[in-house]
Order: sequence, then structure tokens, then C-alpha cells
Amino acid sequence: MEEQLSAIFARFRGTAGEVIPLLQKTQEELGFLPEEAMRRIGDFAGVPFSKVYGVATFYTMFRFTPVGKYHVCVCRGTACHVRGADQILEHVERELGISENETTGDGEFSLETVACIGCCALAPCITVNSDVHGRLTSKKASQVLKKARGAALKEEEDGK
Amino acid sequence: MEYVYCIIDGKKIESDKDRTILEVAQENGIQIPTLCHSDVLAPTGACRLCLVEVTGARTLMPSCATRIGDLPGERIVQTHSDKVRQARRIVLELLWSAHPNDCTLCEKSGACDLQKYSYEYNVDIEKYRSRDPYDFAPDYNNPYYVRDYNKCILCGRCIRACAELQGNYVLDFARRGFSTMVSTPMGAELMDANCVFCGNCVALCPTGALVEKERLGRGREWEFQKTHTTCPYCGCGCTFELCTKDNEIIKVDSSDARKNIVNRTALCVKGRFGLGFVNSADRLNHPLVRRVPKGEATGTLQDYERAPWNEVLDLVANRLLEIKAACGPDAIGGFSSARATNEENYLFQKMMRAAVGTNNVDHCARLCHASTVAGLAKAFGSGAMTNSIDEIIDSDCILVTGSNTTETHPIVSLEIKKAVSRGARLIVIEPRNIELCDIAEINLHQRPGTDVAWLNGMMHVIIEEGLEDREFMEERCENFDAVREAVKGYTPERVERITGIPADDLRRAARIYATAERATILYAMGITQHTSGTDNVLSVANLAMLCGQIGRRSTGVNPLRGQNNVQGACDMGALPNVYPGYQRVDDFSVQAKFEQAWGVKLDNKIGMTVTRMMEVAQGGTLKALYIMGENPMVTDPDISHVEKALRNLDFLVVQDIFPTETALLADVILPGVSFAEKTGTFTNTERRVQMVRQAIEPLGERRQDFQIICEVSRRLGYKMSYSDQAAVMKEIAKLTPSYGGISHKRLETEGGLQWPCTDSRHPGTAFLHSGGFVRGRGLFSPCEYRDPAELPDEAFPITLTTGRVLEHYHSGSMTRRSAPLNEHVPTAWVEISPDLAKNLGVKEGERVAVTSRRGRIETVARVTNKVNGDVIFIPFHFAEAAANRLTNPALDPVAQIPEYKVCAVRIDRV
Repeated sequence: MEEQLSAIFARFRGTAGEVIPLLQKTQEELGFLPEEAMRRIGDFAGVPFSKVYGVATFYTMFRFTPVGKYHVCVCRGTACHVRGADQILEHVERELGISENETTGDGEFSLETVACIGCCALAPCITVNSDVHGRLTSKKASQVLKKARGAALKEEEDGK
Repeated sequence: MEYVYCIIDGKKIESDKDRTILEVAQENGIQIPTLCHSDVLAPTGACRLCLVEVTGARTLMPSCATRIGDLPGERIVQTHSDKVRQARRIVLELLWSAHPNDCTLCEKSGACDLQKYSYEYNVDIEKYRSRDPYDFAPDYNNPYYVRDYNKCILCGRCIRACAELQGNYVLDFARRGFSTMVSTPMGAELMDANCVFCGNCVALCPTGALVEKERLGRGREWEFQKTHTTCPYCGCGCTFELCTKDNEIIKVDSSDARKNIVNRTALCVKGRFGLGFVNSADRLNHPLVRRVPKGEATGTLQDYERAPWNEVLDLVANRLLEIKAACGPDAIGGFSSARATNEENYLFQKMMRAAVGTNNVDHCARLCHASTVAGLAKAFGSGAMTNSIDEIIDSDCILVTGSNTTETHPIVSLEIKKAVSRGARLIVIEPRNIELCDIAEINLHQRPGTDVAWLNGMMHVIIEEGLEDREFMEERCENFDAVREAVKGYTPERVERITGIPADDLRRAARIYATAERATILYAMGITQHTSGTDNVLSVANLAMLCGQIGRRSTGVNPLRGQNNVQGACDMGALPNVYPGYQRVDDFSVQAKFEQAWGVKLDNKIGMTVTRMMEVAQGGTLKALYIMGENPMVTDPDISHVEKALRNLDFLVVQDIFPTETALLADVILPGVSFAEKTGTFTNTERRVQMVRQAIEPLGERRQDFQIICEVSRRLGYKMSYSDQAAVMKEIAKLTPSYGGISHKRLETEGGLQWPCTDSRHPGTAFLHSGGFVRGRGLFSPCEYRDPAELPDEAFPITLTTGRVLEHYHSGSMTRRSAPLNEHVPTAWVEISPDLAKNLGVKEGERVAVTSRRGRIETVARVTNKVNGDVIFIPFHFAEAAANRLTNPALDPVAQIPEYKVCAVRIDRV
């Protein structure tokens, strides 16, 4: 983490106004915001740790626990809600065997719900990492997850 | 300042345009409700309760954050129009959407702002009631206060108190919307979040969200009797209101900043949560006389029997008279007390001098700032803090040395932190990594006891680089040439070899100090408690004079005095060489003055110091000792030696509020009263005399200390009789030029007064030596570096330094009887650097024995970066592992102050 943070800090000047971009870059790099990283960001930007924590908890985009390799966000915005977001959520939960804000035991998948991802025309939709999957049905959702899982397995095999 | 007119509630008012509507309204007696606002915090305009209607403005405006100059048109403001009242009502009703409706059970009821305004605005509590209210579990996980965030209205006062008053930034808002709450980082427990438990957040909380633990269930706000008084702990001189009920202290209230000159709202953990000792169960309630022979004494209260006051006082007087008749008055000595009032100190030294007939009177200033009194009196003519605490904030350079200010003078440290955040450059020169190091520009860690060397080194650099203030020295000082010669040999490279301070760092520090517009030096025991203590102080004075950094606002040489009234005890002449006001006992005209005033023949021979009396007692020439409010069995160096000395006395009287380690060696114990049970004055470190007011009645047969002294004196054949302590102060003012204008009456109406205050119209003096030095010209004194008396060697290879911690105070007789403090920090430890711990094979939390040539203690190892290399630190508060069993009683030759700060020890695992 030390090296990653140093690399991130190298691109900033260390001012109070940079706290949010610093948090974003750090999360991008580490997948979440560990306590030590936020403490270091505070020291670097000259902002008290308590304030960094306050800022980080204000925005839902920041997280404080590691997420799965595939992070699934189920949209519950108005359009998705009307088109059955609840069923999609229930289905994904069943499929992955975890509830909202949890991570699978193998660390592959994590699940959360979000207010709107701005793809209302494609409702109902979910995101898996940065990919959007729209016009979902339960079946299609299963395929998306399966594909991700397949990719994971393939990666693993390739790794070997 | 530019003045403009405004009209508030129909009243035409002229005001500075930079003031806020709220401030101007309050000054003109117009009340505007506020929740997030506090006079001691910057405005945030968050709560929207202080909204007012401004003619021509688009919306209602927050009066706390709107400047008069920014108002449109004719600046017409209505603070209580229907529109305003309606808006405020809605704000309050929205707060009630989640606030528990439990005023009947809430501790804060009667002092709660939400409750007060809800009544005033006739709110409908149910109007916006949430069906899903807060459900936080109240947090009881610290010894001091309870956090119940169900009652939090998110005004942010606690957050700003922590940031702006304390400079600690432990709290902030976390999460958002309805889930917003006040939180430590990661929601950690306060005990793990760097909280110092000053409780300033508790003082400012408008509701029952933050409440002192000790008050729970012990009374409602309207039942409290409030007494404004001065804190009995350190020399900062904070004031507060004691809230009492049924003769017990329930809590401390500092919320009304206007009443507290020094501290405004701020207090430290001891002042706010550490007064439980007053009502402690083991207070002395009756006079006690030891009934078993000395040889059979067990050193417990079982050796003693209650006796009537008259009998005990007769016994004390008769024994003292016998000894005086047999061995002369100089066989008797007295320890006065830096904890007692000025009036009591005055009477005690008067009793010793006029009734006993000896100048053998001293007190524990001998052990803390005797070298300051000696050194600064020689250099400037006055041995006190030259400037005031509130001037620190305007210094550009602050040099802190030998003072762990955040722990020992917490309120002074707040000013340092504020100054640094406003751009002042902080130089810390300390053997340990103290908290102030975190915000300092330069941190230098000298080897303990090498201060003359680095001070000379700094002067060497300043002179070499031509940064000295020649004009100042020529006009106002003398004997500079001698110092110039003396510091010639102290090149930074040589200083580095002696002190361990890198030469270039010393150069940088010297340049910063010398070139600052206003530089101040703050120091404490790290400078004074050495065999070279007086030289250290003289060197500090040399440095200030060399750079002309004295005699102006926000500059100066500022010894931070350790105890509530150690300044006053010195001022009152509880010293062997001077009468009140530092008038010398060996000056014939002074002697004549006091002989006439007191109507008795006085001795002109300088008496013995505390340290000397201990020595002589062991030799047997001192036969009797009268100790008032001191505990040398914990606080004096080399306790085994002290114990031998005290046991060797023919007669020992101790007047105290507790059966201390010292009291339990006495022949007679006299129960005095605590600060909460008496009226008088304390003089704080910045020479400010402030009132101490009686809040509760003495229980049992405890007597006012001034009355005890008068009774003993009368029985010794010298009549002293005063109606109250105000009458004593009258006599003090008459005989002490610097206190000439001070009276209880004036202090009642004007608050504190800083001496010199020479007549009844004198406003007091914020900083000394402004036109010229008190002694005329400032005297430079050359000093050569000398090694500490005891250096590490093969047998004792480690250097021990001692000191205080935030939560405890001196011998612990008060703090260890105050439950929250004792729960938080129950016992002693030794700080060992990671390197040293590794070499010794000692682990964190392991029990170790620390041994010096004088004694051995066992305690727990704390492996920490707070100490460096082979230097270890032990706090001296804890009798069961008393650091002073180890310390070296070697004395400074001038001031006779012992070298608490350096001795050689060995560490063994047990």
C-alpha cells in the first residue's frame, strides 16, 4: 500500500482541496479505503483524519471494506424500481448467496444497491465493475453473473 | 474600524460594520436564540435558529454570520417578527422529529437550549415526529463522560470545540442525511482516538448528548449552587463555576466564557473531571495525635487518635516552645504551601518569622522554580513570567524548552497551538518527543542536562552572524562583553558533541529566534531542575536580551509555574531570604519596616531552604518541622533520605487535607480545608491574582487553614487575628508594593489583577520591563557548561528523566482520589525507546526494576518513540513506584534546587 500511495501522492500537491480526488484515486488503486490510507491522505493534504473520514463517509461511492473482484451494483432508481429492480435484486442475492453490502466467501462477488446510475432508458439495469447491463430479466441477470464467473475461472486457469 | 448605523427592532444603533447582527443585538440587550453559535467558536450559521428578517433582503438571514456592513438599504433588522418566529418554530419542530422526549429524566433539563427554546416558541413536538427515530446505544466507554447521540442535534459545537479550542480534531460529522452523526475517525472509541478528555465539547453541548459521568443521577441543574472560583491544579489559573449540591461537588461548568479571563471556556481533564478528591471519603475530618511511640509506629492511621482542637493546638505550641527554648528558634522550620492561598502563605511565613522567630520558611518552589527566581531576579530584577498567556498568540516565534506544555500547562499549550495555526514558527528543544513536536518547525532533542551548551551555541551563532540587537543591549543592558567572550568557544559543532543537537539545526533555530519580530521563550522544569538550573535560567535571559526579545508584548522569558499558587507563595515571602514582595530579610530598612508593622523583633539572618532543612534534619540540628499542604515523601528527591530526615525530627506537625505519606510520619495531624471550602486568592503563572471562593462547608472538625495558623501563632505568644482572608489581603497590600492595589473588593468587581498593581487605581501589568528592567539595566551573566552531577557509567548506563503527565498532579494526593482520572491512568510506568528496549530484551507491558545509587522501584515498561536512545522517563506521581526513590538530591549551588531531571539508572527484568 505504501508504494501505491506514494505513486498517487506524486501526482498531487498536497492541499485540502484535493481530498476527494485523492480518495477516488486511492480507491481506484486499492479497491477500497483502508484506515491507514485515509490517515496518510489526511497527513499529505494537511487535513485532520476526522475530516477525511467525514468526507469519505458522506459520499456513497467510497467504501471501507474490500469489495469482490466483481462488484455488482443493482440500480434502484425510479425507472428501474418501476421496471422490477426489486425482483432483480432478489434474484442476484439468491444467485450469489449473499445479501446487499456483502461479499462472497471466495472474494469473487460483492453486492450493493445504488440510487440511479443514469441509464434509465435501459431499466432495469445493474453494473458489474464498470460495465452496464440493461433491460434485464432474471434470466439475463443470471447470464451476466455466469459470464463474470466464467471469466474469473478462465483467469484462474490462465494464471496456472 | 468603520462605523455605520443600523436599526434593530426599531432601535437605532451605531456599530462597527464588521460585527455580526447577533453580536450587536446581544450588546444592546436584544436576545436572539442560537443553537450552533458560541462566543468562543467561529460562526457557522448551521442551525438556522438565529434567522432574522432584514428589510430588502430576499430571505431570512442568519444573524450569527451576517455582518452589519453587508446589510442592504437602511439596515433594518427585525429579530422577532411573525415570519421569524414561525421559521424558528419550524426549525425546532424539525429537530424534535428525532429528539427523544425525555426531559423528565434528562440530566441537562433546565440547562438545555433545545428545551428552553421549545418552550419559548411553543413548539408542537409531534408535528414532524419520525416513525423511525434514532436508535444509538449511549456510549459509556470512557471514564469521563457519556455520549448519547440520540439527543444530538448536530449543531457541531463539539466538533468545533475540539478543533478550534483544543486543536485536537478528534471529531467530525460522518455519513449524511438523516444518518449524519458526530463521529471519531472510523467510529473508534474516544480512548483510542487521541482524545485528551478536556471536556470542552461537554461544556459547549447545548443538549443532553454529552454529559459528565460523575453527575449522573446526582441532581438537576436548578438544584445546583454555583460558585465561581479558581482551579486548584496547575499554574494556568483557569476559573470555572463549581456546581454543588448538598455540600458535594457535582460538576464543573465553564460554559460562560465571559467570566473566565484566562481560559474562557477551555479547561483540561483535571480541572473539569478531577475535583472528586474534595468529597473523597478519606479526607481528614479531625485533629489527630500519634499515641504509639515512634519506634512502634506502623505508618498508618491506626497509630493516631482523635483529640479535641484545643488540646492539639496547645500540644503543637508547647512542643514548639520547648524546642525553641532548648535549641533556639532556628531549630524549627516550616514548609508553607504552593497549594494554599496567598493569605495563608502570608500568615504562615509571618507565624514562622514573628511567632517562632526564624527565617526557616520555604516551600516547594525550591523544587521547581527556585532557579528561576534566583536567575531572573539577577538578570532582570524580577523572577516571574515577564509576559501574559494571551500574548502568546501574537508571537511570530515561540521557543519551548524543558516544558511538556500540552500535559503540564494545557491551557497555555492551546495558545501555542493557535499561534502556530496563525503562522507562528515553533521551536521545541526537549529530550523527549512531546506532543508539541508534531506542530513544531524545528525539533531539537538535547541530552538531558546540556542546556547551557545549546543556549551558548545559539548565542554564538547569533553573534557570529551579526543578528543580535545591538541597540537594545546598549540602551538597556550591561556586561554583554563577558557573555560574548564566554560563548566564543561554543561553536555549533562543539555543541553538537555535547548535546547531540545537529549543528545546522541549531543554526536554523538561532536564526529563526533572532530574526523574529516578536519571539517568546516558554520554559519549565526541564530548564530549572538541574544542578546548573540557575545557569540555565541566566542563559535563557542572556539569549532574550541578546536579541531584544523582552520588554515588549508577545516577547519575553516565560517560566511556566507549576502549581495553582506557587507564584503567590513566592510573592508572599514563603522563602527563607525574603519577606512578601521579595524584600530581603538581610536588608536593614526592610527589617525595620516589618518589625514596625508586625510589632516584633525580627531576625535578619537568611533561613534554610527545603532541601537544606532535610539535610540538617538528618544531622539532628533541625528539631521540629511544621509542614502545611506538602508531601515531600513523594515529591522530594531521594525519598529514602527524606524519610530518614523526617523520622529523625523531635516533632513533626502536618497540616493537610489527606493522610498523605508525609502526614503519616507526623506527631500531630491538623485537618485543613480544600480550595472548595475556603475564600482567598491564588496568583497564577502570569502574575494574575484571582479569587478563590468558598463553595461548600467544611465537614467534621476541619478548620480554615488561616484560622489554624492564627491559633498556633497566638499560643506561641504572638497574637494574630483576622476576621477573614480579605482582612489578611489588606495587610498584604500595605506591606507588599507589587500587591499594593489588590484587594478582595477589587477582585470581586474587576476579576483578576496582574501584579505589579501598586495602588487602588493601577490596572495591573500585562508584561514586565517595558520601559526599563526592574533592576535598572538587564544584566548579562556568562555561564560555562558543566556536566550534570551524575552521568551514566558502566554500572548505571541509562539516563533517567522525570516529569508529570496530563491526568495526574504532583504527589497524586488529589488526582488519585478523583475517580475518573485514577480509572484512566491508575499506575506508573517507565518509557523506554524501542532501541533501548531491544538491547535490554524488554517487551511492552513487561515488569522491570529501575535502580539508581539511591533506590530501586518496580514498574511496567512502555516501549515508545516518545523517548530517544538511552534516555528513559518515569512520571513521579505514583508513591508505589516513586520516581523520587531514584532521583539525585544533588543541588544547584545558587538556588539549591535538586537535579530531578538527570540521574543514572539501570534497568533489569523481573
